[in-house]
Amino acid sequence: MLIKELSQIPGVSGDEAKVRSFIKEKLAAWGIEHYTDSMGNLYAYNEGRSKKEGRGLMLSAHMDEVGLMVSSIEKSGQLRFYKVGGVFENTLVSSAVKVGPRDVDGVIGYKAVHLQKKEEREKPHQVDKLYIDIGARNREDAEKVVSAGDYVSFATKARSSGDLIFGKALDNRAGCAALLELLGRKHPAPFCAVFTVQEEVGLRGAGVAAYRVNPRIALVIETTTAADLPDVDEHEQATIVGSGPALTLRDDSVITHRRVLERLLEVAEEEKIPCQFRRFTGSFTDAGVVSLSRSGVLTAVVSTPCRYIHSPVSFLNAADWSHLVELVSAFISSVDTKGLEP
Amino acid sequence: MPGAAGRRAGCRAIPVKALKLEEEHSVSVNPREAFILELQDFLMEITQKDGVCGYESGIAAVIESAFSPFVDSARKDNLGNLIFFKRGKREDAPRVLLAAHMDEIGLIITRVEEGGFLRFTSLGGFDVRVLPGQEVTVYGSETVHGVVGFKPPHLIREEKKGKVVKMEELFIDTGLPEKELRDVVLPGAIAALKRDFITLQHRCRAGKAMDDRAGVAVLWQCIRELHNIHHEANVYLVATVQEEVGVRGAVVAAFGLSPDVGIAVDVCHGDIPGAQEHEVSSLGKGPAITSGPNIHPRIAERLLATASDYNLPYQKDFSPGPTGTDARAIQVSLEGIPTGLLSVPLRYMHTTVELVDMDDIKAAGRLLAYFVTGLDSDFMETLKCS
Repeated sequence: MLIKELSQIPGVSGDEAKVRSFIKEKLAAWGIEHYTDSMGNLYAYNEGRSKKEGRGLMLSAHMDEVGLMVSSIEKSGQLRFYKVGGVFENTLVSSAVKVGPRDVDGVIGYKAVHLQKKEEREKPHQVDKLYIDIGARNREDAEKVVSAGDYVSFATKARSSGDLIFGKALDNRAGCAALLELLGRKHPAPFCAVFTVQEEVGLRGAGVAAYRVNPRIALVIETTTAADLPDVDEHEQATIVGSGPALTLRDDSVITHRRVLERLLEVAEEEKIPCQFRRFTGSFTDAGVVSLSRSGVLTAVVSTPCRYIHSPVSFLNAADWSHLVELVSAFISSVDTKGLEP
Repeated sequence: MPGAAGRRAGCRAIPVKALKLEEEHSVSVNPREAFILELQDFLMEITQKDGVCGYESGIAAVIESAFSPFVDSARKDNLGNLIFFKRGKREDAPRVLLAAHMDEIGLIITRVEEGGFLRFTSLGGFDVRVLPGQEVTVYGSETVHGVVGFKPPHLIREEKKGKVVKMEELFIDTGLPEKELRDVVLPGAIAALKRDFITLQHRCRAGKAMDDRAGVAVLWQCIRELHNIHHEANVYLVATVQEEVGVRGAVVAAFGLSPDVGIAVDVCHGDIPGAQEHEVSSLGKGPAITSGPNIHPRIAERLLATASDYNLPYQKDFSPGPTGTDARAIQVSLEGIPTGLLSVPLRYMHTTVELVDMDDIKAAGRLLAYFVTGLDSDFMETLKCS
């Protein structure tokens, strides 16, 4: 399954090469035209059945995931690290990671509970006190297999259980899988799909991608937080797993373009695709920079709801993901038949 | 090791001429290398299996099948302690108990919440900070995969920021709808933490439940060594239960077997940055041999001397009171049993990335075997306090 395969590939922001290679292999196998830019964004085209010209539709999904970067190697052989993107710090201790280009296994532990004073146990972990242990004997020994600057990702095996898919980096490999799925289908209208880089460190890749593609309409395909959890009031639940793809009204980077949003709701109703609004207006997506590209792009965000993003293991409902693919597919057809003006 | 009480303090690494150990990347696998690979496979097998305190039958079955080829008999007592017997060359020779606990810390479901979430409490001592984001296996009428859930950072209220979430606030999220979940999981169900066996550099390996499956692996190594060595002593190897909730299995195991000598095999804290030197033992420098009130001085001396005689690496460890190991219970069983403690250094105790060095396990198993071969009536005489 594409989502699971993509989930297991290490691809922290700035180090998306392995994810890109995986996607490129698929595209090449399917005979889909594609190229990359100097930042690492990957572009692919779906020609569509009609030969309409002009500024068209861009679909994008970011390839990168949050993770860590080795900041230094201590004399003892332990690796200190920086966070790359918004890793949820409280899930770092007692996790397994892969370090550097050779995927060296490591663990993040902490002083045993037996050796901690009470005051210590009552404070959350500080990232600068943590380190990665690869079992090296000392610095020289560690340097044989890892270096300062190496990227670090969680070492989580993806697994499915019924409709649920568990794994790391579902934000946003689920989006990448959706783009791939859409690229593999026939559509009435052409579109450009972009697998972007560096979303998690400040929407760095999507801006240059939008500039290059120069679209009129853009859909950003994302994976967003689901907070349908105990002790969370309904209005704070952001999204609900199993209730269909989530449409963003606004976040901290974009106000969804009204016409695009309306059209998405319209096709969802016509095609009887369940969907929900994202009831959380914070955080940033590639839509922020895409919508402000050149003289402005009609932009919206559609997301698969996912619990526990930015941690070693998150999960989503495959039915939500399939509905997202159907929704975007129906949107492409609708723009072709009805057009879409601001 | 169980909760904080009676924690062993300290050790100093004693430089000894360590056995030259095989390089791990040798092209052809020599017999000694194969021996340690088998040991590693066994450790992997027993750390992938779950056996939370009080629910050890699953892990016991795996251990039993691995020990059986090397022992004369196997049985379980009323609490579930798994007892293997290996006969010595003389019937009236000393009877020695070698104990390592097979239970691991875990979770027990207290309530199925509205919305399909499982509240839990712990069996054994957790640092609650390690739980969010961990994968778990819930043992309902079927096994269910889940994760320990947490609120996303943006929903953590101002007054809770900078505070550690309490265990009562955490929950297991299986993603199953409430009704479906209630059909499968009832309060009282056990959940075990999940972690694949991780191969680190050299002979370092990490995973869950290394405390004290590493000790069980030491016993296995010992029985494999004894298979080829003449020994007079009659040996009871016991995989004990419920150590993590207060050294309980060892109480009845020691009573039931009434041994002349008891050795507990457990894990001790490994060296990590920021820990005080006296709190930890170094990984890769051999097992730690404990001295202190919980340990019969002659037994500690004999273990140290045996390690020296056979050129096995070891470290010294000193504990000022009852240790948090099966040795705590064994020593005060019946009329009192001369007791020793051998420990495998382990980093990050009570997390799912407990880290050990295979060479320490191998050396500990070998030391234990040579200790057993040296048990004769002369030595037993020295155990009486004059």
